[in-house]
This record gives sequence, C-alpha cells and structure tokens, in this order.
Amino acid sequence: MKVRVTVMPKAGVLDPQGKAIGQALGSLGFAGVGEVRAGKVIELELAETDPASAQAAAEEMARRLLANTVIESFRVEVLAP
Amino acid sequence: MKAGIVVFPGTNRERDMALALARVTGRRPDMLWHRDADLPPGLDLVVLAGGFSYGDYLRCGAMAARSPIMRAVRTHAARGGHVLGVCNGFQILCEAGMLPGALLRNASLRFLSMDCHMRVERADTPFTHRFQRGAVFRATMAHGDGNYFADAATLDRLEGEGLVALRYTTPDGQATEAANRNGAARGIAGILSPSLRVLGLMPHPENQVDPEIDGTDGLPLFESLAGSFAAAA
Repeated sequence: MKVRVTVMPKAGVLDPQGKAIGQALGSLGFAGVGEVRAGKVIELELAETDPASAQAAAEEMARRLLANTVIESFRVEVLAP
Repeated sequence: MKAGIVVFPGTNRERDMALALARVTGRRPDMLWHRDADLPPGLDLVVLAGGFSYGDYLRCGAMAARSPIMRAVRTHAARGGHVLGVCNGFQILCEAGMLPGALLRNASLRFLSMDCHMRVERADTPFTHRFQRGAVFRATMAHGDGNYFADAATLDRLEGEGLVALRYTTPDGQATEAANRNGAARGIAGILSPSLRVLGLMPHPENQVDPEIDGTDGLPLFESLAGSFAAAA
C-alpha cells in the first residue's frame, strides 16, 4: 500500500529556502506570489493492506524519523494500493 | 580522561578532535564505530565530531541520531557520562533529543566557512571552567545548518536555567546581529543539558589548539574537560 508523507516547516519556523524561492519567482516576473514554504514529500510502499493500519504505521514513522516535530509538521495520506 | 569519538559514515573531523583531546590528555581517544551497540568500558567522554554524517540525508544528523551507537551514548549520558557534540555532533544531539531545539539552515542560506567569536556564558561547567565567565574566544565555523531554533518557551527555559553555554558576539563581546552570522535564536552558539554534562556547539574549538596552527583559543575547552577528570580521579 502506497503512503505519502508530506513534511512542512511549522508555522513560525523561519523557512529561508521558501523565501529564496519566492524571491526567485519574483525575479522571473511572476507577480502576486505571497509567502512560499518549502517542505518535502516522502512516498512509502508498505506491506500493510489495511488503510487505517498503513496510516497509523506511517504516522509513527513520521514522528520517529521522517519529520522533526520540533520544527516540522507532517501529513500522511494513504494512496491507492 | 578516557575519551571516545564516534565515527559515522561522513564524519570528517574526528582526527582533528583526536589531536585536540590527545594534546590535553596525553592519550589517543578511542574511535567508536557507529554500528556498535556498546561503548568501551570506562569512557568518561563521548565526542560526536563534525562532518556530514550520512550525507546530511533527510535532515542534518537525522540518520546518525538513530544509529545503534546512539542508544549507548544516551545511556552513557543518563549514567552521568559526559558528551561533547561539535557542529554535526550538535545537530545529532538535537536530533536524538539529548539537547532541545534544532539547527535550521543558516538564515543567509549560505554555507559559512569563517572565524567567529563566542562569549562564555557559563564558566562553571566541566567544559568551560578554564575560561573566565564573559571571556570571548575565537573559533572556526563551517556549516550550512547552524541556525539554532527552539520555541520561545524552550529558549526562556534555557536562559533561565543558565544552559546557554556560548553565544556569538563581536571580538569584544557584544552580542550584535552582525556577529550572529547564521541567524541563531538569541545568538546561541552552544547549549548544555540540565546536568551540565552534555554540551553541543556549532563552531569548532578543536581547530585552535596548537600555537603553530592558528593559535590556541579553543584549548581551554579541552583543558577544562581534562581538568574535570583529573580532579575527579
């Protein structure tokens, strides 16, 4: 079962990478770009067949390794098997 | 003082650290392999040296913090053993939850390879007692992710409990914004555990321990450690 974990810097945590992307978009002439936040997406192939168990397993993985919850929040989505 | 330095894949400052430790102890520290589950018996100090463990994959220090030897390092600290983390070692200690907070990308987004100055905020710890409180010393910084972050409550607790060991300042000890090159919260360069036995810092005091090579500004830190164990023995 495929699971997607999206990890983002928490609100209030400085995201200089996002800021730099925003500035670069501005210099390319894209107007009207507000705040830009950059995170990461991690896709996992799990042996689980039950979506709820896959969700719970991935959340535990995110808490213990994939995200640093001091500075990052995460979201787990179970994708089609 | 019996010291050991953990070597992870990508650690690259272990030899400089070994020279600094050997200079004050007269004995070569053990090199400890990251896959070992146990530390050699009788270690006083475990050092996590600088480098780019596991290629900084996922987050700086994230992989190293979860490697087998770190369980043993955590046990060592819980039993009152001393731990020093420099640069990547500081990142690993934070990732392992042995020190609070995290090291973010430098505010400038630039890798900083330059000297900095730090003010000694606590001179009554095993790592700093050979400095005067308020003394300023020079060290080399070499990092892309040294921007110390913790939430306001954690920062207030660190300050209130006197666990900020070192702060970036100008050479004359002024904590200005310009002296804080990586943008660290409250100019924090190094923090201590509540036991005062775990210290993490971003700059490299091991670079300045030899009068023939860039001076001895960092030497008091190593002399402090050696002195702590000489006194205890």
